[in-house]
Amino acid sequence: MELRRDVFQAIADPTRRAIITMVALHAMTPGAIAEHFDSSRQTISRHIQILTECELLAQEQNGREIYYHLNPHKVKEIADFVEPFRRLWESRFNKLESIMKNYKPDK
Amino acid sequence: MEFKTKINAADGRQELFITREFDLPLKLLFKAYQEPEIIEQWMGTRVERLENKSQGGYQFITIDPRGNEHVFQGVYHEFIPDSRIIRTFQMMKTPFPVQLEFLEFEEIDSNTSKLTIQIIYKSVEDRDKMLELPFAYGINMAHNKLQQIVQSLK
Repeated sequence: MELRRDVFQAIADPTRRAIITMVALHAMTPGAIAEHFDSSRQTISRHIQILTECELLAQEQNGREIYYHLNPHKVKEIADFVEPFRRLWESRFNKLESIMKNYKPDK
Repeated sequence: MEFKTKINAADGRQELFITREFDLPLKLLFKAYQEPEIIEQWMGTRVERLENKSQGGYQFITIDPRGNEHVFQGVYHEFIPDSRIIRTFQMMKTPFPVQLEFLEFEEIDSNTSKLTIQIIYKSVEDRDKMLELPFAYGINMAHNKLQQIVQSLK
């Protein structure tokens, strides 16, 4: 339970959420991540460190560069990660249904 | 509250199923996949191209809240009105490979219908990554919304 709380604290921070969103698309180096923010590289490094400590991010050595990617196992642990996917489709289909209920074919 | 949309994504498989029952006659449900103006409304996208026939292509362009353009496109392998669509789908300029989608439209009775979508991904990892996207995007959206609220308070 202790660790879970830490993970939620980690994602409570807007900068860290933004980092998670970026690396969810593809693995990135700390430098590439930092370029997206106005904060100093040290600040971003600290955020990355926190995310790595709670295992939301995982490191990967590629030549001389370290890449960070999202750890799907951890994401699954902290939340039912399918739920937002389901909700996305739920809201799309609700919209479809209400549009079609009011649909009047123009003749 | 009971949700009408169900996702079945078994562990370690490179496919998933989306099922949904609609309070709509089958013909109206299918029309929502057939008419570009209607797709634009419920998918929240711009329909650039839509060729409703086997071996026809489609392309959607969506602008996100930051103004970035996202291109989604694919080809219909089979397009049978009121029955079935088999198509490919790909998010361009992303590392995600193309996926294969089977959409089955069924009549339950004259006023209700059912849609079953089976999506097959290139690998288990690709499927899991795709499932994660709304999760990652969602927490970011929540953040943006919060920022908007905070800014409007200023």
